[in-house]
Amino acid sequence: MSAATALVPEPAEIVEKRSFGADIHVYRLRPLDRTARARFDFVPGQFNMVYVPGVGEVAISISSDPDDEDLEHTIRIVGRTTRVIARLETGDVLGLRGPYGNGWPLHAARFKDVVVVTGGLGCAPVTGAIDYMFRRRRSYGHLTILHGVKKASDLVHRARFESWRREPDTTVLLTADQPDRAWRDRSGVVTELFDEIELEPSRTVAFLCGPEVMLRYAVRTLRGRGLSEDRIFLSLERNMHCAVGLCGQCQLGPEFLCKDGPIFPYRRVARFFATRGL
Amino acid sequence: MARGVQIRQRHGIMPVLGGPYVVQSVTDETMRRDARWLDRRDLGRLLEALTASGYEVQGPVVRDGAVAFDRIERVEDLPIGWRDEQAPGRYRIEHRGGDGVFGVVHGPGGLKPHVFAPRERLLQIEMGDGAGPGSGFRAEPIEPPARRIALLGVRACDLAGLAVQDRVFLGDAFPDPWYGRRRAGLFLVAVGCTRSVATCFCASMDTGPEPRTHYDVSLTELEAAGGQGAGFVVRAGSPAGRELILGLALPPAPHSALERERSGYDACAAGMTRSLPRDQVRDLLYANLEHPRWDEVAQRCLSCGNCTMVCPTCFCHSIRDDPSLDLRRSERVREWDSCFDLEHSQIHGFNFRPRIRDRYRQWLVHKLAAWVDQFDRSGCVGCGRCITWCPVGIDLTEEVAAIGETGPGDAPPQADGGAT
Repeated sequence: MSAATALVPEPAEIVEKRSFGADIHVYRLRPLDRTARARFDFVPGQFNMVYVPGVGEVAISISSDPDDEDLEHTIRIVGRTTRVIARLETGDVLGLRGPYGNGWPLHAARFKDVVVVTGGLGCAPVTGAIDYMFRRRRSYGHLTILHGVKKASDLVHRARFESWRREPDTTVLLTADQPDRAWRDRSGVVTELFDEIELEPSRTVAFLCGPEVMLRYAVRTLRGRGLSEDRIFLSLERNMHCAVGLCGQCQLGPEFLCKDGPIFPYRRVARFFATRGL
Repeated sequence: MARGVQIRQRHGIMPVLGGPYVVQSVTDETMRRDARWLDRRDLGRLLEALTASGYEVQGPVVRDGAVAFDRIERVEDLPIGWRDEQAPGRYRIEHRGGDGVFGVVHGPGGLKPHVFAPRERLLQIEMGDGAGPGSGFRAEPIEPPARRIALLGVRACDLAGLAVQDRVFLGDAFPDPWYGRRRAGLFLVAVGCTRSVATCFCASMDTGPEPRTHYDVSLTELEAAGGQGAGFVVRAGSPAGRELILGLALPPAPHSALERERSGYDACAAGMTRSLPRDQVRDLLYANLEHPRWDEVAQRCLSCGNCTMVCPTCFCHSIRDDPSLDLRRSERVREWDSCFDLEHSQIHGFNFRPRIRDRYRQWLVHKLAAWVDQFDRSGCVGCGRCITWCPVGIDLTEEVAAIGETGPGDAPPQADGGAT
């Protein structure tokens, strides 16, 4: 595929929209060209470029199960393009191109305990991976899901967390920085939840996703608990304009996040990730 | 026979924009040995031959106190008798007289704008019939103008920069057809440098001063000496170049001319006062990501991005929509961007490189270190433009030397993820 083909967005219809407060919206999208869906086959952790004609394009991870017919994107209003997306409703058409990047190492994690640590909307890139593991439950050991949000209303996938919580051999801990009165889970930041979990470093793999500050603390904590650098995987975020490794916006040291990542074993990016301002 | 290295689209062909893009990149030794002689007074014949081959001929012309590639119709349009003087933060051209045609080493522009356009229209977007941004659209790639341009007076550093850009834009999984289209329309007449300016350091980067690859025709300009009039040693670097030279029916270059050419290049290389430790600089910078010199240079750097604009290899760009006023249509447009621009490192509510220190370090570490990991070569070709055109005269060779004096690795970063 040339960059021209890669840069052309495919029209896709919003077939469902769910809103969580004014800021967060979950869209299920379906390409208008029914033969196009196969081109959007993805693995959990990959992302699409979501395009609003005349406005702009944003990189958004795919939060649905890879086997679902529709592609789900969880979008928070953070700028001009996402603000326009938030005004769109069921039946409206967006542009989609992708998928881009790599996925979580779901194969390498088989028969191991998996600790998923996410913050804020950071859970979006990893929800599909969690679904994937539950559908192949016997291929994975103990699953621990630690999820932190700022406000209670930021917990957009609560139904999913509740269903995971009922699964055997699974620990789900939720925490909110600013809990409201209805919040019945923990309060505080997500890294405090580590104190509550058991962790056997020799058979554990960690998937981390969220703001960089959270990632730094989580990496430090996990390493302190004996987890090696190549068993800690991070999903990283940078500006992305082209998603095909040409625009140069998403670089971290020698890595182009769009094509080399966005998911990296910590060992690979440690030097650059640990250097502030790089 | 020419042994052409072809850079092809690896994953299919974009039907609208054409391709694959075949780029001659290696010059056969046999071709190099076949050196011809062109009298200075016959240079016009070369221009005529290029025009007759269907090329729009461009060469360095004096404009706005510098030289820039622009359309030329006759030899007299070239900067005959002009010289440039370059130093950190300083560029001057001066008419010294004489009939030397290529006395000006280079201007700020170089080859980059001819292949990686400062502004490229990528996609035409037609909006749907309904009102508002959700009413559907059609998107089609826009073809760049199919121009055949012969560039006369391209320097070895420019060719090295082009080789780097070929690798960046055509050498990966998603070859860029807009770059490819423009690239395929170029015919490159190189001119070797027998004179350097103070900011040049191509010899230490092994990219010059003599053009070795990526040209169609190369010239070495020689003054009159020992009964031999002024003229050019001429070589072909591609089948197209050889065809052009054959059409000119040039005599072989005299042995004395080849000797003067060799000593000219040697003297030019030896006369360069700046250098970079090409093979050590990557490891040196990686080991010194927290060197105090980054803070020191940040005191001088204005974060203006001039260095990235004049650099022949910087490829960062932004892509944005340029909608019509009635919102019936839009264009996806890419424009040069710079890692010195704050928006380059901005994502929702967070900036990765808020300090000038961070942005200068990003530029230099990318150029000299990360580039090697990404593209198997340095991103620096030693043209020295970033030194000349820096308004405060920051000199990357000096910055690297300063880091080298106290490095490597006086304070290697801790890979513990705990730095906040």
